[in-house]
Formats: sequence, C-alpha cells, structure tokens
Amino acid sequence: MSVKTVAYTGNEAVAQAMKQIHPDVVAAYPITPQTEIVQIFSTFVADGLVDTEFVTVESEHSAMSATVGAAAAGARAMTCTSSQGLALMYEVVYIAASLRLPIVMPVVNRALSGPINIHCDHSDSMGARDSGWIQLFSENAQEAYDNVLQAVRIAEHKDVLLPVMVMMDGFIISHALENVTFLDDETVRRFIGEYRPDYYLLNPDHPITVGAFDLFDYYFEHKRQQVEAMRMAKPVILEVGQEYGRLSGRSYGLFEGYRLEDAELAIVVLGSTAGTAKAVVDGLRREGVKAGLLKLRVFRPFPREELAQALRHVRALAVLDRSDSFGVVGGPLFAEVRAALYDLPERIPTVNYIYGLGGRDIDLEMIGRVYADLAEIARTGRPRELVTYLGVRE
Amino acid sequence: MGELLEIRWHGRGGQGAKTAAQLLGESAAAAGKYIQAFPEYGPERMGAPVLAFNRISEEPITIHCHVKHPRYVVVLDDTFVGKVDFTDGVPPNGALIINTALSPAEMRRRLQLEGNPIRVWTVDATKIALETIGRAIPNTPMMGALVRATGILKLEDLIEDTRRKLEKKFRHKQEVIAGNLEAIRRAYEEVQEG
Repeated sequence: MSVKTVAYTGNEAVAQAMKQIHPDVVAAYPITPQTEIVQIFSTFVADGLVDTEFVTVESEHSAMSATVGAAAAGARAMTCTSSQGLALMYEVVYIAASLRLPIVMPVVNRALSGPINIHCDHSDSMGARDSGWIQLFSENAQEAYDNVLQAVRIAEHKDVLLPVMVMMDGFIISHALENVTFLDDETVRRFIGEYRPDYYLLNPDHPITVGAFDLFDYYFEHKRQQVEAMRMAKPVILEVGQEYGRLSGRSYGLFEGYRLEDAELAIVVLGSTAGTAKAVVDGLRREGVKAGLLKLRVFRPFPREELAQALRHVRALAVLDRSDSFGVVGGPLFAEVRAALYDLPERIPTVNYIYGLGGRDIDLEMIGRVYADLAEIARTGRPRELVTYLGVRE
Repeated sequence: MGELLEIRWHGRGGQGAKTAAQLLGESAAAAGKYIQAFPEYGPERMGAPVLAFNRISEEPITIHCHVKHPRYVVVLDDTFVGKVDFTDGVPPNGALIINTALSPAEMRRRLQLEGNPIRVWTVDATKIALETIGRAIPNTPMMGALVRATGILKLEDLIEDTRRKLEKKFRHKQEVIAGNLEAIRRAYEEVQEG
C-alpha cells in the first residue's frame, strides 16, 4: 500500500474520496460552500476518471430523491450539500433513513438563513439530528477524507443499513489548503469492498415493495427497528475505525480525548474548533493547568455511556456549541452531554458556550477565557452563568 | 517546537492574492512542511480589497482561527498605502514586502515607519509581471520577493514546484510558464530592503 501526502482543500479531499469510492450514482446540486465538491466530481465524470452516473438535478429536494431512488434500485449512491440545500431536501432525508438506504452524504456546514450567510455554523446538520442518519464530524480535511471512506463501510454494514452524513466546517476547512494524506485507489477499493445489497428494486428474482403505506399496524415496529440499527451502529463504527487505522495509521473512535485522562478542566467540542482548542490546552499544560478536551466525532448515535465514562473525573466542564436551540437552555450538544452526565454518581458542574454563529471567528484567547471560567467554577463549585455567548456584541 | 510562521497577503480581487497563498502553500508542502492557505471570504469582487493567509510550520498545524499576528505581510497593490494599516498585528521582528515602484526608504516614510524595527522590502512586481508574463498580475513575482525576504523556502524549490504546477495548467502555453518562472527569479533578485 502506498500513501500520498499533498496540499488539498477540504472540498478537494472529499471529492478525491468520492472518486476513490467510485459510486454508481451521484445526484447533487451545487450550493456554497459545497459547490467545489460537485464541480470537481463532475470533472472526474467528464474526464472519464469515474463511470458514475452523474445526475444534474434542479434542486436539493430532487438530489436526495434521485439518490434515494438510485439506492433503492440497488446502486451505491451519494450526494452532498450545505445549509439551505439540506433544509430543502429535508422530507426526503427522513425517508432515506427509514427506508434503510446506506447513502453517504458529505455536509459542508454553513449557517441557515436568515439572515442569509454563507459561513460556518452547525445549525444545518443539527436540524437533521433526529432524522435517523448517522452523523460524523471532522476536525480537518484529513478527517473529512477519512470519515467519508469509513462512512461507506458503516452505512452498508448488514447490522446497520443507515445513511451517514459526514460534516466538515464550511470555508474554515472546505476552502483551506492543508496537508492531506491519501490512500491509493486499490487500498480504498479493497477497504470499501463491492456493494451487494440483500434487497433492491432491480432484482427480478426477488421483487420487493419500497415506500409502502404503513399505518398503526407496522409503522411503530419500523421506527423501533431504526432505533435498533442506531444501537448496532456503535460497535460497527468502532470496528471500522480500528480497521481503517490498520490501513492508514489513523484510527478512529467515537470521540478523541486530548490530554483528557488526568484533566481537571475540560471542554467538549465538534469540528475545526477542536484543533484550535488543542493549542490552548497545550499552552495551559505548559503553565501547569490540567486542561483537556473531548472532540466528539460521532454525534449520532450519541455515545452516552462512553462519554460519561471519559469525563467522569473532571472538576468543571464546558460544552461548546456552534448552533443554538431557541427557547431552551443552551445548544444541542450541551443538552446531550448534560443528559449523558446525569447518571454519574457525582455531579460535574457543566456550562455551555454558544460560539461562532454565521462564521464568527473563535480564537485562542476566547477559548482561553473558557478555561479561565472553568478554573473558577472548579474553585467555587458552581457556575455564574449556565449559557454564555462567546464573541458576540451585547 | 518550531516557529509557526504566519503570512498575510493584501491584494485586490483579480490580482491573485488567494492563488499566491495557495501556490506558496503547495510549494512549502512539497518541501515537506506543514501548511495552511486560505482567503478571507467576504463580498469579493474585481478590484475590492481581499486578504489571504498562510501558516507554515515544521510541526502539524491544528489551529483554525483567523491569522491576527502575521510575521510577514505581502502587499500586491500600493494603492492601499495610507488606507490600510499593513502593520496591524505584525510583531517587531516582522516584515512588509510591498509591490511598488518606490524605494524601501521612500515607502517607509509614506507608511510613517521611520525608526520602527519592522523591516520593509519593496519590488516593482507589476513592472516585472508586464515584462515577463505580459500581464499586470503581480502574484507570482511577489512569491519570489517573499522567499528572498524571509528565507522560508529555497528559490529553486519554489521555481521547480511552480513549474510542475503550471505545466499541468499551461502545457500548451510554454511562454506563460517561462514568463512566470522568470518573474519569480527577477523579483527574488530585484527586491530591496531598507
């Protein structure tokens, strides 16, 4: 196996992953900041580098509909989107999950309108958190590439059969050039394997019905099966992450703990901000402060027990949310983390910071302030504010 | 741990600030360094001020926030002088590398930087671009000037890597490749400190 390190943007890295996956069908509609993925992949098609059936649809609703149709027919099908695009495909997003179609969809995170904005926050994918899709978040271009490849294996696993969204931060990662190491085509081909669905429409020997009417007689059982598939996804994600590690030298779990084992002050965070926070942790460690962080990779299925276990020793905890949930206390990640900690024998003071909405920068100094707040909470045992808006003018 | 070098590029939409940051990043990556290159995406349009950034390090780079304290600032257009503070966030050991027909001493006076430890380098990259490439696109020569002023890469590494990339894009236009490489070399030689 050979590896190749190059300078690629996040979008280029994801397009490269799609080329190596070589799906049967891609149906996609361009939207900033995802546009380059569609554009680059379409040049692969035009140049004959892939023989994927590329469907140029007229909207994201059609993109997801065509992808669902292709996947139901028995094809390995992909699409990708951002923000309003995900919002527009919404009803079909739920259908993809409930039909148990193993679609992989990169989502380049961008704030939802209004006001209209093209920059990064996580409100788009957080809106889809109850749609039944597995959700993987990426810190950088390398992780976006690695996650897209692993997503194929996770989605198509017979115990799972659920669609997977792979997130990366719009512009911050999608449009930034970074060092990325790629696997060679043959290694990827062997890793993802050939797609052989058990049930599909274009199989005249075993005709099936897809999308039938489903009332009080069976709808509930079908929903219960989706719950079970999500439960089964967790060991599969771990197994695939280990296997990918043996191939690439980069293993993946449900989350990454960074200097967390002996940390007294910790934050939980998603996406590119985790990388910025690692530099803050390093700085604090040099000053003798026991700082650490937990970067969540798998938001769905949410790793409740594992997360509580990994955080149980910290003295004060901050959850950083790049989206808000109006009318409740704090953002969606905060609600999940806090619920996960509820069953611990000892209560950890846990606070929430909403940051970076619409692409607002979050720098080392701001994250440093979060750790300073945590130090005070650890000292006094109680937070002053439950939810703080970080970097906003008030 | 090695120093994390940060660079800020000032240009106008169409002058190639983003492309220069990307080309420099790719060349540094090809030389075995860890890099980032990214523009600031605002409402960009032809002629409007744009910013682009590089980070270069011997160690993996994890931070993904804006660049606020660039050691080096490259200015592609001297019509900004007096309107934009190029020294914003630049540390005392930093440097400005400016595309202008003015001498470094004259530019230092214009920028009111007399007595300031920040180094000032100037080169007429637009003239070089016109004479070598035939178009007033100062981005490639300014990469040569930057490499001379900072020593972040070897000139030959930059030229070889740029040649490889241009050959993919302009393989039927050898004169474009030769012109760009000559522009880098001339700016490297002609840039002056003062």
